[in-house]
Amino acid sequence: MSERLATIASASGLHARPAALFAEAAGALDIEVTIAPKGAPEDDALDASSILSLMTLGAAKGDEVVLRASGDGAEAALDSLVALLETDLDAV
Amino acid sequence: MQHFSGVGVMPGRVIGTIRHMPPALSEPPAGEKLDAAVTAEQAIAGLKEAAASVQADLRTRAATASPEAKAVLEATAQMATDSMLLKGANKLINTGLSAERGIWESGETVAQMLITLGGYMAERATDVLDVRARIVAALRGVPAPGIPDSTDPFILVAEDLAPADTATLDPAKVIALLTTGGGPQSHTAIIARAMGLTAIVAAKGLEALESGTEIFVDGAAGTISTSPGDTERTAVDAWLKNAALLSVFDGNGVMADGHQVPLLANVGGGKDAVKAAAAGAQGVGLLRTEFCFLGRDTEPSIEEQVAQYKAVFDAFGSKKVVVRTLDAGADKPLPFLTDASEPNPALGVRGYRTDTTSPGVLARQLSAIATASAGSEAEVWVMAPMISTPSEAADFAAMCADAGLATPGVMVEVPSAALSSEAILGQVSFASLGTNDLTQYTMAADRQLGPLAALNNPWQPAVLRLIELTVAGSRAEGNHKPVGVCGEAAADPALAVVLVGLGVSTLSMSARSLASVAAVLKTVTLERAGELAQLALAAPSAEAARTAVREALPALAELGL
Repeated sequence: MSERLATIASASGLHARPAALFAEAAGALDIEVTIAPKGAPEDDALDASSILSLMTLGAAKGDEVVLRASGDGAEAALDSLVALLETDLDAV
Repeated sequence: MQHFSGVGVMPGRVIGTIRHMPPALSEPPAGEKLDAAVTAEQAIAGLKEAAASVQADLRTRAATASPEAKAVLEATAQMATDSMLLKGANKLINTGLSAERGIWESGETVAQMLITLGGYMAERATDVLDVRARIVAALRGVPAPGIPDSTDPFILVAEDLAPADTATLDPAKVIALLTTGGGPQSHTAIIARAMGLTAIVAAKGLEALESGTEIFVDGAAGTISTSPGDTERTAVDAWLKNAALLSVFDGNGVMADGHQVPLLANVGGGKDAVKAAAAGAQGVGLLRTEFCFLGRDTEPSIEEQVAQYKAVFDAFGSKKVVVRTLDAGADKPLPFLTDASEPNPALGVRGYRTDTTSPGVLARQLSAIATASAGSEAEVWVMAPMISTPSEAADFAAMCADAGLATPGVMVEVPSAALSSEAILGQVSFASLGTNDLTQYTMAADRQLGPLAALNNPWQPAVLRLIELTVAGSRAEGNHKPVGVCGEAAADPALAVVLVGLGVSTLSMSARSLASVAAVLKTVTLERAGELAQLALAAPSAEAARTAVREALPALAELGL
């Protein structure tokens, strides 16, 4: 199991368009990635490719979240998703 | 006549007949069991297929929708196959519930979670419920719920619209949008604004009206009434006339008798300039160059300034751009130029005066303006702020000549400049009245003090008298040197008429005021404007001047200005 900590950079938080872009990117991967608020138990982690899960997570700009995945390509996949979270997607 | 009211989200007055959105899909009965002939696995597979077809349908609609609608439609399409929604349903199907009931309950759970989160999330709950209804319709093999079909234009009444509905809204058919639910941040509101469609949200009670009822909608007031009569029809006519007049400036400031009054824009940078040019401004009457300098600890380089000025010049092609040199001090302090410890900064070293305490900054700015001007087509004029005497005007003109700038001018914002405008215009090519500061200095009333707001009014007859004197000075000087106005005063359509009547040749204002000012100027001849100016000058107070002029300009009331 690989883990990454990321800080939400989008001005509106992980809502609307930023959430849609992130969920789409996570859904396009061959492996399952979960997302959880920093410090939350691993069991409560949500499916990163679910836009509804991302919305109920309610992460605001500056909030820290933990991404987890395992299996082949997990490291690279997490790196790309962290980069996405740390980009202001409202400004793209 | 029945009356309803809600939150107006898009102005406009419309009379039309209403159509209701079809009733929402009927809820699958609670506890509805899986058909005995279908296994849970088959039902789950069927649900997945239905969800995918809804997603495909929404994506197809997104492809032909407007950019705003496209974004929300795509997000909704994404929800259709969302794992949270489907996994929730699958769990229920595995307990023996039908797929319809499973997705219904799962959608309910997710929507409730979003509603609990409040704000933006709560408004997205509608999207989830919309997706749910579409999936149930797909499972049942019935058409998806949506906007009613009609050959005639109608006013749509709905509880709230989902993005999928608003995206397929045909503005040629739907002439206004009313919802009984929703809020100012709902999709209905967002999309109505983007489409410019008259809309009111949260108007309770409309659901009781029968389809086909004729109603009057006032989107600005947020009011709706049945049985519209002559009053309402007149209001609609007036609105249509205003909307046409007040939304567009044709780029030609002209009076009723054909007298030309170029209408220019006040801009504060390149982006601003592009917007102003698009709004039809006939040039720039005031380029505030502070944008290059504010928020900095050191003076920007000449190269940097050249690029910034050139961006503004290029937005206006070969039109006139009047550049005001740095106006630092008072409410716009700069650490490398002004002394923050002055006891009375409005009367301190500000504007052109900073050249005496920090020589060099102005000369370098003029050189940057000259370089930017040489590299562009624009007709560049340059003026100094806070000029008080003819000798200052002469010194500034000499600096401009040294920099290679052909058209030097001054701002008239200090009463002494207005009083000596003949001598000052003997030294420079033009003058521009800065009515905000001229009012502040004439009335000795700090612009930033609320309790002095009544004194700080450009309708003050004493201020108008100084404007008249400035124009008279130009006439006496004999070379027809132009006197313009670049201040809030020019953006007030009634006062704009007075200014022209006083002999002002151009008006410069924020771009969004151009159309209103142009619409009113068009109704008055130069001679009549002169009479109204005399009326204002003779008034005993600012309020009396304003009232007298407004009463003599019926166009203002007709246009709703």
